[in-house]
Amino acid sequence: MAAIWVFVEGTDGAPSTLGLELLAKARALGEVTVVYLGEADAESMTTLGEHGATRVLTADSGERLPSGPVASALAGLAKESSPDLILFGQAYTDRDIAGRLAVRLGVGILSNATDVRLSEDGVETDHEIFGGTQVATVAMTGRPSIVLARPKSFQAEPVGGANPTVEALELPDTGRSEARVVESHVEERQGPQLGEAAVVVSGGRGLGSAEAYQLVERLAKLLRAATGATRAIVDAGWVPYAKQVGQTGKTVKPNVYIACGVSGAMQHLVGMKDAGTIIAINKDPDAPIFSVADLGVVGDVHKVIPKLIEALESR
Amino acid sequence: MKLVVCVKQIPDPATPYRLEEGTGWMIRPDDQVLDDTDRYGVEMGLQISHATDGTVTLVSMGPTGNSQGIRQALAMGADKAVLVDDPTLRGADALTTARVLAAAIEREGFDLVITGTESTDGYAGVLPQMLSELLDVPALTYATKVEASGESVTINRQTAVGFDVVTSSLPAVVSVTAGVVEPRYPTFKGIMDAKKKPVETPALADLGSGAGGSQRVTAITPAPGRGAGQRIEDDGQAHLAIIALLEQRKVI
Repeated sequence: MAAIWVFVEGTDGAPSTLGLELLAKARALGEVTVVYLGEADAESMTTLGEHGATRVLTADSGERLPSGPVASALAGLAKESSPDLILFGQAYTDRDIAGRLAVRLGVGILSNATDVRLSEDGVETDHEIFGGTQVATVAMTGRPSIVLARPKSFQAEPVGGANPTVEALELPDTGRSEARVVESHVEERQGPQLGEAAVVVSGGRGLGSAEAYQLVERLAKLLRAATGATRAIVDAGWVPYAKQVGQTGKTVKPNVYIACGVSGAMQHLVGMKDAGTIIAINKDPDAPIFSVADLGVVGDVHKVIPKLIEALESR
Repeated sequence: MKLVVCVKQIPDPATPYRLEEGTGWMIRPDDQVLDDTDRYGVEMGLQISHATDGTVTLVSMGPTGNSQGIRQALAMGADKAVLVDDPTLRGADALTTARVLAAAIEREGFDLVITGTESTDGYAGVLPQMLSELLDVPALTYATKVEASGESVTINRQTAVGFDVVTSSLPAVVSVTAGVVEPRYPTFKGIMDAKKKPVETPALADLGSGAGGSQRVTAITPAPGRGAGQRIEDDGQAHLAIIALLEQRKVI
């Protein structure tokens, strides 16, 4: 049976949704060892077991930024026990560790995968390209294979697995000074998290100004939705990077996605085209967003959204 | 302070990208532009360089073309550029790219390497981390704010829930998010000066680095499509159609 390692980060004291998504894929490929970065409380371990982990290695890097020490420890362990696949998510810390690990092991890495299959001498992965209109299949040889999968590629689902064995992963001294985390800030956020929300309201350059983003915020509040943004308005400094939806931002898969003044650049479409229902409001009848919208409103966001807000408020 | 900023020339994102038959590699025209996200790294480098009386060297890998993208970054104020262009590097994977860039950076020497978080065309998103491992220095990633002195660098690192303040000694690698600083527009003088600035093109062999990779594209297939649905012109009542759909989807 193939040996699959999965990196899972703990967020808010429990395994992240992304990590559980990866487990759904990993358990179909072989026997699963989880490398868990977070507090190893009994409940989290049970959750990992229910999602298919048979063994958990827990890592705590203290105030050191995890990437250096964790990559170093995993490289040592991978050389001893040669796993077939080490699976990460396309997420901040995952990328940090995977990049360093690939260098340490001298193996390639495949990013942004939406599916992964084991082959005789490596892996084969699928990648959505050109805004998700095409799928590139890539073969990589060598062991272990390191793959980063995009969020929402797999469906997280408990399968009633037993409690895993739990061991602490010893993090070595890397022999250099490592980056240290000296403070952590949790940003006040209203409403649900962007990656998890059932409804997302998103704004683009068509809003016309940073101030107009408050239309998006007001609408989102009424719908208990998370707020998102295109790369164009993030780059313009209207909203923070954390709100960016798309290829270089977050992938979302809400039941309903409302795009306000979003043109629908490839870069954006790849992050939201799998939403259940897409509603788009844009002045430009040729905007590419209309090619994926279930309901496309050709109109001015400054006219349509205030009316929508007013109607919702009076309900 | 000696700053190195990694930049990339990419096909203009406003034009449709094309892939080469057989290899699946991106076709790169002579006319390439500076990856927009790299302007933030260049600006960051220039600001730190200004404050510490330092220098900014651009390091890049890929087809030179008419080097318009590199000139754009030089026109912003970088002092010089090193561009590694070798036909055997076509279709290079992230590890090969990182090895080549690390070799070029080591040849230059550095206190701080600045990169974007991912390129717009390839977006593997692991290059800064690979570089830091190859250069054996700390990586401070996804910076939304950077402060560097002679001995240390401190950043605000974007996280899923907010940000962490992360610090390390120099030398180090920092990857910056778009929006970390406001990139300047090249002045006319900057554009003229850029034409005279040195662009070195070391041979791959001189860097002691080689091509090689373990990945190949085996197929490109159309993705299952998602068709367009209903389209309406706003006649002042379009919000009612939105409300009807939201009700149908049980959002309200």
